[in-house]
Amino acid sequence: MISIKNLNVWFGQGDDRVHVLKDINLEVKAGESFGLVGESGSGKSTILRTALGLVDDWSGTICIDGIDTRNGDYKKLIRCAQMLFQDPYASLHPRFIVGDTIAEVMKINNIKNYEQRIIELLEAIGLTADHQYRYPHELSGGQRQRVALARSLALEPNVLLLDEPTSALDASIQAEMLNLLNEIKTRLGLTYMIVSHDIAVVSYMCDRLAVMSNGEVVETLSRGQLRGQDSKHDYTKQLISASQR
Amino acid sequence: MSDHLVKVSDLQIGFKNEEGELIPAVRGLSFTLGREKLGIVGESGSGKSLTGRALLGVLPPNAVVSASHLSFENTDLLTAPSAELRKLRGLKMGMILQDPKYSLNPIMKVGNQIIEAIQVSNKISKAKAKKAVFDILEAVKIRDVKRVYKQYPHEVSGGMAQRIMIAMMLVRKPDLLIADEPTSALDVTVQESVLDILDNLVDERNMGLIFISHDLNLVSRFCDRVLVMYSGQVVEELVASKLHDAKHPYTRGLINCMPTLNGSLEPLPVLKRDPSWLGAAQIGSGK
Repeated sequence: MISIKNLNVWFGQGDDRVHVLKDINLEVKAGESFGLVGESGSGKSTILRTALGLVDDWSGTICIDGIDTRNGDYKKLIRCAQMLFQDPYASLHPRFIVGDTIAEVMKINNIKNYEQRIIELLEAIGLTADHQYRYPHELSGGQRQRVALARSLALEPNVLLLDEPTSALDASIQAEMLNLLNEIKTRLGLTYMIVSHDIAVVSYMCDRLAVMSNGEVVETLSRGQLRGQDSKHDYTKQLISASQR
Repeated sequence: MSDHLVKVSDLQIGFKNEEGELIPAVRGLSFTLGREKLGIVGESGSGKSLTGRALLGVLPPNAVVSASHLSFENTDLLTAPSAELRKLRGLKMGMILQDPKYSLNPIMKVGNQIIEAIQVSNKISKAKAKKAVFDILEAVKIRDVKRVYKQYPHEVSGGMAQRIMIAMMLVRKPDLLIADEPTSALDVTVQESVLDILDNLVDERNMGLIFISHDLNLVSRFCDRVLVMYSGQVVEELVASKLHDAKHPYTRGLINCMPTLNGSLEPLPVLKRDPSWLGAAQIGSGK
């Protein structure tokens, strides 16, 4: 479903050009939930951002559901893959009511009957039809992240790229959000790629994961290998022991 | 000097809404702090940060505060003149805020900001201050201190900015440090080194630390005592190492809803809020 080959990414220009991702190769199967863990600055989010065309200076190939993300049809791509960002305070337009935020992507993509679809989406993510008239500042952090999720589901994608979907939320709200993400994944048959710095979250959510450090994938593990502490790399061991203290 | 660094009894903080009604945010909070590490945990909106801010006197201007007692060492924080409070804040009390993006001055180089913090309390030469800045930045495990000294806040990463903020507070060597989610933005590996620094300061300098966090596991590992807050009240007070023996359903709910590395893959238990918790009796302040 997601195929990343020889991905290299650079930031900056001239003497300041920094090589931030080095030869990344990843394969994610349809219906799988794949995790990316690592410290901040290791390039986890950059992989997701590059996949959806938010980064310019890169080489290699990324295919999502058979669409080449560099040369393929961009409209098709965004209908197939959507992103959920970390910070629901920053990712929703403060002067748009919830309904308009969700409607915008559907209007751009000429989807008919979007009024009805807004209500379906809000109900699917555990809010009510009345929430479409609220502004983001009238919602809690967890509700805002649900609205952002409703927006990313509006185009009926097959793939969701989730960038730290719960790190801005309280533990109690995180539990609700993770349960919701799992339920929606099963119901809609989605494929997930989840970036998280929390290895416990990844162990709960993901079938397989890649551990990143300094712009490289140091190790790819299955959930079984992670839980059996069958990791070769010191950095992974450090992450595991830090989460178990 | 009294045996308590901080004493708070019956602290109430509220905000007026548009109709002029007072909406309570902290209801009748009491606690004392010695030279120890006190953790305050709870969900967002439970009043933990407001409590910390009330001690420093840096609440938003529309907040309405009352208390039967609010003191730091021998100073009554409710009646002290603002010049005295300002002195306390400069020298003896410090606060580390959650978000370094908003708490550092964006148009001032990192080194100069820390020098400014030093010279508030200590009129030393620029050269000496510069040396102190290098030392404290090294202490918070910043690798290339000479480069960071000359950078602006937007040129450093979030984790680095947070450590700069911590360095800025520690360099004044306060007696009381209020740390509001100081490590939430940091990676686990960096988090450990920041906690070590705070730990050493409490031990060596006999500092009092109020550690505000929503991470129960972290608090139970790091602090001596924990107050669990729900909706502006303390619902439970615990010895930190006994956090996992907590009785209150709210505390239990907060512990159980966290995924664990080897936990079940069934849906996570979700916190069910019980209206009766609001009326829960205030648990007495730690003796």
